[in-house]
Amino acid sequence: MSSRDWPLWEVFIRSKQGLDHKHVGSLHAADAQMAIEHARDVYTRRLEGVSIWVVKSSDIHASNPDDKPAFYDPAEDKVYRHPTFYTVPDAVKHM
Amino acid sequence: MTPGDAAVPTTLSLQQALFEYALRLGDTSLILSHRLSEWCSHAPELEEEVALMNIALDLIGQARALLTYAGEVEDKGRDEDALAYHRDERDWRNLLLVEQPNGDFAQTMARQFLYDAFAVEFYGALRQSRDERLAAIAAKALKEVSYHLRHSSQWVLRLGDGTDESHRRMQHGIDELWQYTGELFRMDEVDRMLIAAGIAVDLEALRPAWNARVGDVLSEATLIRPADAWMQDGGKLKGLHSEHLGRLLAEMQFVQRAYPGLRW
Repeated sequence: MSSRDWPLWEVFIRSKQGLDHKHVGSLHAADAQMAIEHARDVYTRRLEGVSIWVVKSSDIHASNPDDKPAFYDPAEDKVYRHPTFYTVPDAVKHM
Repeated sequence: MTPGDAAVPTTLSLQQALFEYALRLGDTSLILSHRLSEWCSHAPELEEEVALMNIALDLIGQARALLTYAGEVEDKGRDEDALAYHRDERDWRNLLLVEQPNGDFAQTMARQFLYDAFAVEFYGALRQSRDERLAAIAAKALKEVSYHLRHSSQWVLRLGDGTDESHRRMQHGIDELWQYTGELFRMDEVDRMLIAAGIAVDLEALRPAWNARVGDVLSEATLIRPADAWMQDGGKLKGLHSEHLGRLLAEMQFVQRAYPGLRW
């Protein structure tokens, strides 16, 4: 890809029933406004959504897959972090 | 209006006028749609191609509704396909503007912008038509052409206020097509009869809004609005077209001409 290409944007769409925007894909556009219009044309043709967010792909910072052991493995044996670990006393209602 | 028009005797029935009116609108949508479809697989970017084809499909939808209605009004058994594929050049009533070749991308956007700026005003007004079918078609079309105008205006701005090269091309596109904008507002006895019946839109009344919108976008785009000199005329009212329509029809109608009634 040459540097003359338009930058890449990540597209997030909120569906009619949905509460949050979900990532649906990416596209090229010269700026944010064009990205929103392209997203409308590419990703909402079949009534998929009522709200669009776009974010420049280069502005998204991701965790490193190599960090997986340090990042996520320590959570594996911490079952007490789940509410189901605890027994709720009978006296407590509405939990 | 030229003085000659007033001399034409009015032997027109309301039915004939309504048929003609729906035909003019439907033909304009269909021919513009076909021109845009010529960009399929040639657009500068994949995303822009999808945008152009969306617009072309919106226009086909409008053409189908309008030509179907025209056929019903005419009551001679012609449906949308008969009108689209089995009429010769002189029977077409589209605006000369929309049959003009795509040229480069800037010229295509110039054509689209000059038409969209008109279509938004026109369909906005046609929603008030006493003819319920036309009013309903207009209400749907207005939402579509509003988006088309947004799209084409943005390109006029980007290219006009872009690089030297894009500015030159955008100005060229506007200059080339300006001579076809006078026809947008041309009317004849068909219009006058239907305006009197509360069905048609008085096009002359749309001109100030069109002028204002086009003027605003062009000046923001650092483009020069061409002077209103000689305006081309005759496509919409008389079926006298530029040399470009024949070739467009030859391609658009080929399959139905070669294999009449073919379905797939």
